Amino acid sequence: MSTLLSQTVNGLVLGSLIGLIALGYTMVYGIVQLINFAHGEVFMVGAYGGLATSTYLLPGFLAQQWYLALPLLLVGGAAVSVAVAVAMERFAYRPLRDAPRLAPLITALGVSVALQEVVRVFYPGAISPLPYPRVFVEGAYVLPIGDGVPIRYTGALIIVVSVVLAIALQRFVDHSRLGRAMRAIAQDRDTARLMGIDPDRVIVATFALGGVLAGVAGILYGADLGFVNIDIGFQTGIFAFTAAVLGGIGSIRGAVVGGLVVGLVKALGGQYLPGGTAYDYVWIFVVLIAVLVFRPQGFFGETERVRA
Amino acid sequence: MSRRRAVAVAGAVLVGATLLAACGTNRSEGDAAAGSSCDTSKGTLVIGMIAPMSGGVSAFGMGMRNSADLAIDQANENCTVPGYRLVFQPEDDQSLPQIAAQAATKLASDPKVVAVVGTYNSSTAQSAAPILAQRSIVQVSPANTGPALTRGEKAATEPQRPFPTYFRVAANDLVQGPFGARHLVQKAGKKKIAVIDDGKTYGVGLVENFVKEAERLGARIVAREKVGEKDTDFSSTIAAIRSSRPDAVYYGGEYPAAGPLSRQLAEAGLDIPLMGGDGIADPQYIELGGRPGDFATNIGAPVESLASARAFVDAYAAAGYAEPSSAYGPMTFDATNVIIGALAGVVRNGEFDESSRRRLVEAVQRLNLPGASGTVAFDEFGDTTNKVLTVSTVKDGEFEPLETGVFEPSN
Repeated sequence: MSTLLSQTVNGLVLGSLIGLIALGYTMVYGIVQLINFAHGEVFMVGAYGGLATSTYLLPGFLAQQWYLALPLLLVGGAAVSVAVAVAMERFAYRPLRDAPRLAPLITALGVSVALQEVVRVFYPGAISPLPYPRVFVEGAYVLPIGDGVPIRYTGALIIVVSVVLAIALQRFVDHSRLGRAMRAIAQDRDTARLMGIDPDRVIVATFALGGVLAGVAGILYGADLGFVNIDIGFQTGIFAFTAAVLGGIGSIRGAVVGGLVVGLVKALGGQYLPGGTAYDYVWIFVVLIAVLVFRPQGFFGETERVRA
Repeated sequence: MSRRRAVAVAGAVLVGATLLAACGTNRSEGDAAAGSSCDTSKGTLVIGMIAPMSGGVSAFGMGMRNSADLAIDQANENCTVPGYRLVFQPEDDQSLPQIAAQAATKLASDPKVVAVVGTYNSSTAQSAAPILAQRSIVQVSPANTGPALTRGEKAATEPQRPFPTYFRVAANDLVQGPFGARHLVQKAGKKKIAVIDDGKTYGVGLVENFVKEAERLGARIVAREKVGEKDTDFSSTIAAIRSSRPDAVYYGGEYPAAGPLSRQLAEAGLDIPLMGGDGIADPQYIELGGRPGDFATNIGAPVESLASARAFVDAYAAAGYAEPSSAYGPMTFDATNVIIGALAGVVRNGEFDESSRRRLVEAVQRLNLPGASGTVAFDEFGDTTNKVLTVSTVKDGEFEPLETGVFEPSN
């Protein structure tokens, strides 16, 4: 019983983090029909941005107080992620916006590799994993059930932050002016332009929003696991991409639910399905294939519109 | 900005990044020879290296590169190899077997390459060794511990040497796993042990040999798990072993995963020591989450206790390398000196060409050298005859040696 509960907690923590990143995939796809494979790297540079903020900008006494350090790290990490996401849109994707769909996809892969290499070469010490500063309460609360169910404080933080940000994003897209413009462009870019909406501005804003979420996720990841390396973007990015597709790419609710499904399948599959943790990736992709076969549009997706 | 120009900018960034990444692997010309007065009339010879100079275990790889560089510089200064100037050519394998194979092919295609130091990982050695063996290029690894590399697939029962050109100065897992088991079960008194490995040649082999000896000594293996080499979140693995209430964890793998694993164990309320092999015996392990009371076995005696190692440590410090020599520094220095020593004998009466490679292999086989890590000599399989091992524990933020001994097989 306590093992089942611990694995569920682990799944929810990992799932919320994946969901937070998946939001970036989903928003960009919803608006420009681009699978931004470099989004995982936006998450990775966010983690390094936070690390740089803590190493080079924070005075020692601030770094000791997590309630002062954490917000500053979040701002620093998100700023780096936003800068990278916006630059990526401007220099790698905008020139290819009207090109066949394969071109930006390949560019995205190139950008992903380039970002990893840039961090590896230019961030001091990034050739190997770097320890992450402790920016939140350490340790775990142990639920007194059976052997005890440990919940890491940082894990609880990830769940809370992810849920709050996902709800905020949904409300923003539903109710704000910019959100309306985003939906209009997603529906029909040319008509939206005729109605006086500047697609470039809205698309940049979309990338920036995805960057904020990925940057926050990067800091939370570092705080939770205690280290970062340049591979985390690729690995976590693939999970987030899977989550976005599972949930129905383009759907905000779908990204969060897809993230939770991936997290839970990884944790519970590793415990209860044959093969143990060595096979947990297999189960994630089995679920993905099953969903694509029986419900290709994902849990919350709409069937693809034929665009004029 | 026009579309074409923007594409060009993006392209230039990509090309630039690739070039920068490639710089790290360029041949480093031994500049020490420039000022020396040695006779180098016969030209240059190349000693190659294949090691992970980027990626997760680069702390080991950089230490290896610098230590080999030091040995080669010293040889050039002392005119150890008559008539030749030695050039060092380190290649980065990123810990990936296919990249190691490319590096081996590149080195093997150069007639000036006399020998290769490396690799670090047993899995990369498995792809590089056959390529080097085909060209009769001697290979001396300071770090590989997979038994199959010297003793073939049936290493424990019917040993058979697969590559006559392959040697190593590191003791293999048939030695290190059981040595760790004896300490953990007999000295530390752990009876219910959970084992975890990373699925790579090194980790799996280490755990297998650990388990055999631990069970023989009466310990129970209460859980067996595997993690991905690149996994970072071990909470599921930890939850899986938690219910079996282990009193220690033995981990087969390297520090990038082991450090965080140790930290996450404690956070999940499992305040039990983690033990691993030489793959975790690096200060990076502690920085990434290794806790006081964790154990690591390592090959050789602690550097402080050997007079021969002092000379290496001092020379390394004097050379002013940016990175520490790592746990493998002394053995890499020895591996390189084995090659240099044998080479000096081979070229004494003539020139070195591709046909001399076979004689170099024979010379290495016969060599007996007092090295920084102890006496270096090889048995009929190419394994070191030096079976000295050390168990260390984490204390005050560093590894502190607990016990050094010579391993005697049990049956």
